[in-house]
Amino acid sequence: MLKQCEGSHAVAEAVALARPEVICAYPISPQTHIVEGLGEMVKAGEIQDCEYINVESEFAAMSVAIGSSATGARTYTATASQGLLFMVEAVYNASGLGLPIVMTVANRALGAPINIWNDHSDSMSQRDCGWIQLFAENNQEAADLHIQAFKIAEELSLPVMVCMDGFILTHAYERVDMPTQEQVDAFLPPYVPRQVLDPRDPVSIGAMVGPEAYTEVRYLAHAKQMQALELIPKVSREFKEIFGRDSGGLVRPYLLEDADTVVIALGSVLGTIKDTIDEMRADGISIGVLGINSFRPFPVSAIRRALSHAKRIVVLEKSFAVGIGGIVATDVRMAMDGLDQRIYTVVAGLGGRNITRASLHRVLRMAMHDQLEGLHFMDLEWNIVNRELDRERQTRRSGPIAENILRDLGQTKSNVG
Amino acid sequence: MFQVRIHGRGGQGVVTGAEMLSIAAFLEGRHAQAFPSFGSERTGAPVVAFCRIADKEIRLREPVMQPDALIIQDATLLAQIDVFSGLETEGYVILNTHRSFEEMGLGELARRFRPERLVTIPATELALKHVGRNAPNVPMLGAFAAASGLISLESVASAIRQKFSGKVADGNIAAATEAYNAVKAAREVAHAQAV
Repeated sequence: MLKQCEGSHAVAEAVALARPEVICAYPISPQTHIVEGLGEMVKAGEIQDCEYINVESEFAAMSVAIGSSATGARTYTATASQGLLFMVEAVYNASGLGLPIVMTVANRALGAPINIWNDHSDSMSQRDCGWIQLFAENNQEAADLHIQAFKIAEELSLPVMVCMDGFILTHAYERVDMPTQEQVDAFLPPYVPRQVLDPRDPVSIGAMVGPEAYTEVRYLAHAKQMQALELIPKVSREFKEIFGRDSGGLVRPYLLEDADTVVIALGSVLGTIKDTIDEMRADGISIGVLGINSFRPFPVSAIRRALSHAKRIVVLEKSFAVGIGGIVATDVRMAMDGLDQRIYTVVAGLGGRNITRASLHRVLRMAMHDQLEGLHFMDLEWNIVNRELDRERQTRRSGPIAENILRDLGQTKSNVG
Repeated sequence: MFQVRIHGRGGQGVVTGAEMLSIAAFLEGRHAQAFPSFGSERTGAPVVAFCRIADKEIRLREPVMQPDALIIQDATLLAQIDVFSGLETEGYVILNTHRSFEEMGLGELARRFRPERLVTIPATELALKHVGRNAPNVPMLGAFAAASGLISLESVASAIRQKFSGKVADGNIAAATEAYNAVKAAREVAHAQAV
């Protein structure tokens, strides 16, 4: 049924339709509305046979999720930013143990400096944690991906992170076609675990593995992700059969066929990029965009296939690896190895900085004329950067950078925003 | 695509106002997107929220920089921030005050826009009267519906019912209706004078 609702609400409803048995979460902006919504639904008895566990931290949230998933319960949690970092040790254990937990990451920047706004630094910090990472372009897809995530996770015995842009999606009201319980039940069978802690048939889970077999266990983790490259498109097709719409999959092309310049991006910024590309196409510019829905596993072949004809690629990413540059771009370079294409990295939208059509037009036109540097920081204020660098050259005790810059901007911490 | 920017202060229901506007447009079969400018959710702090309305899927996620309509829920913001920034010359302005644009010292600015699209409405008074608290967001929507014709009062009322229930919903609907009728009446008077 079509409804106009907040992204967080749509996700909470979608998770409820997947019939979770344990939900354990610790609230953190911008994830809060999702778990509040689920808490209310459990309390009101709208989700049958489900326990909502209030935990004292994100580390506890993932630890409880591991425990409940190991007993065979369909398990959900959600977090963001510092919360994701706080649970990291358990995040790696969940994937290492092969427990099909589904977790929403309401993408948010990482501190320091503390920042509650959106970028992809949190999910990207966990790109090697062994979880599948799916990115949602809009709230419809965010809702749909959660339903798909349980199916993918349980079929592979692998946890899935559904990444959706914090605030931009979680707090946005837009149209969402909510599935019915009958549709979701037809799509998502009850969870049949490969391993289960059951007192009637006791096993132990989590053995120490030494040099004799650690490589093999780790290789199998990789092999499962390679299986996911087959499964994710299959689940997306099955989803379309029942729900009648395209959602998920590995990559999503837009006006790619004849495009000399192709932009690659993840998440909600794809919408703004598509609108910009429509305007550029109207000006006769040969440009398209490829959205990456599945970042882990990274769809190397699908990307190489989609981009083989492109003359240049602009990877626009909402995070970067300090000391080297683009994270997504590095993976794209690997996918395009041996092909003669210029690959640019544009870092944009850090800590909630708006990504506007005006800035995209400027940067993409520079790229089109091959006038863009390899690593470009969109809308970076050089005078602010240079002022701080000058200060550091002139004074040994130059003071804390964030406070210096806010003072330069005439702002204090209390009135930012 | 029609773009609305709502200015107000934390506690005045700015974000809820944008959400209800999007619901009202949705109920009329339109695509709509509402989102807040995040991070300033403190009572009394300036808050901005946005709503886009269109006949096809809305993909754009940038903030509304060139609004077709401005809803200004708190007139004290006029001295603090440039609320009129980017307003289209054909744009609508709904300002919460019992005074006129001229009396607000906005006569110069008002002459740049179409006079029949500049509307003042004492929304705080209407909210206090019907809802009992300073929540001018709903009467502002009633005034916007009357001034723009973009959404019907019935859709605004349905949107209110989706957000609130019981007495609060009834009060808000009464406030929206009075604001709607006041703007309609003022426009008829202006029209009669023009003829």
